[in-house]
Amino acid sequence: MSEHAHPNYFKIWAWLLVLLSISVAGPMLEIPVVTLITAFGIAIVKAYLVARNFMHLNVEKKYVVYLLTTMVVFMLLFFAGAAPDVMNQEGDQWYKPKVEAEAAATPHH
Amino acid sequence: MRPIATTRSASGTPTGRLAVWWVIASEIVIFGGLLASYIMFRLSHPEWAEYASHTNTWIGAFNTFVLLTSSLSAVLAHQAAEAGNGKKAAKLLYWTMLGGITFAVVKGFEWNMEISHGFTISSNGFWSFYYTAAGLHALHVIAGVVIMGIVAQTAKQNLELHRVELIGIYWHFVDLVWIFLFPLLYIAK
Repeated sequence: MSEHAHPNYFKIWAWLLVLLSISVAGPMLEIPVVTLITAFGIAIVKAYLVARNFMHLNVEKKYVVYLLTTMVVFMLLFFAGAAPDVMNQEGDQWYKPKVEAEAAATPHH
Repeated sequence: MRPIATTRSASGTPTGRLAVWWVIASEIVIFGGLLASYIMFRLSHPEWAEYASHTNTWIGAFNTFVLLTSSLSAVLAHQAAEAGNGKKAAKLLYWTMLGGITFAVVKGFEWNMEISHGFTISSNGFWSFYYTAAGLHALHVIAGVVIMGIVAQTAKQNLELHRVELIGIYWHFVDLVWIFLFPLLYIAK
């Protein structure tokens, strides 16, 4: 078991709850960019607090941090490789009844 | 008695903890792949915002609160185990289990409500992702509760106290996944 100094866990938990409240309140302003920041920006901060203080990655061997970072990079690579095709709305023998119905309803010039 | 290897010399990390980190590394690509796919589809289907508007933000927020609080009791259990207080560690693990059970029960009621409103796994792409991601996460919560029960049993007798930290690391990861699922499924509407 790893022996190390423990931070004030109650304080970190309190911060996590404050951040949770902000992420819930953010969308109430109905400003898309604020919702984006309060939802995903805060999720990243919360994840950092949990990983650093509760999972003790700040005192864990660097090897573990590199291992986990590599997995996150794999995930990003998967996204970068697959997204251009998955998010494409056109293609050979593409069958999308909903999109086609909408296109048919749109007046042609 | 046959000696048990406790530390890997190459990484210098205790064997059990090393195994848990590798489990988490594999979980990152499992959940990561699922969430990355969800984001791709969500960005290219604006109509999913309407489907997502039917998820209940307050229930999601309550479950986030429950998981964050259970993570607190899990890390306090680790602290107690490190101080050699197995009884206290076990007690804190029971509180963590209660958090996990609460989460699963709330999820059950939530799903029941959604299914009764006609939102099922086959309704559309959004609900398919919703039930798959939240379901896979809920399975991890249930597995964590079961393992925690086993760890608490031995910790109570002041045995195998290092396991308290190991199940704690796993539990915090389950919490971490939910931290990202919550905005994706409940906030981005």
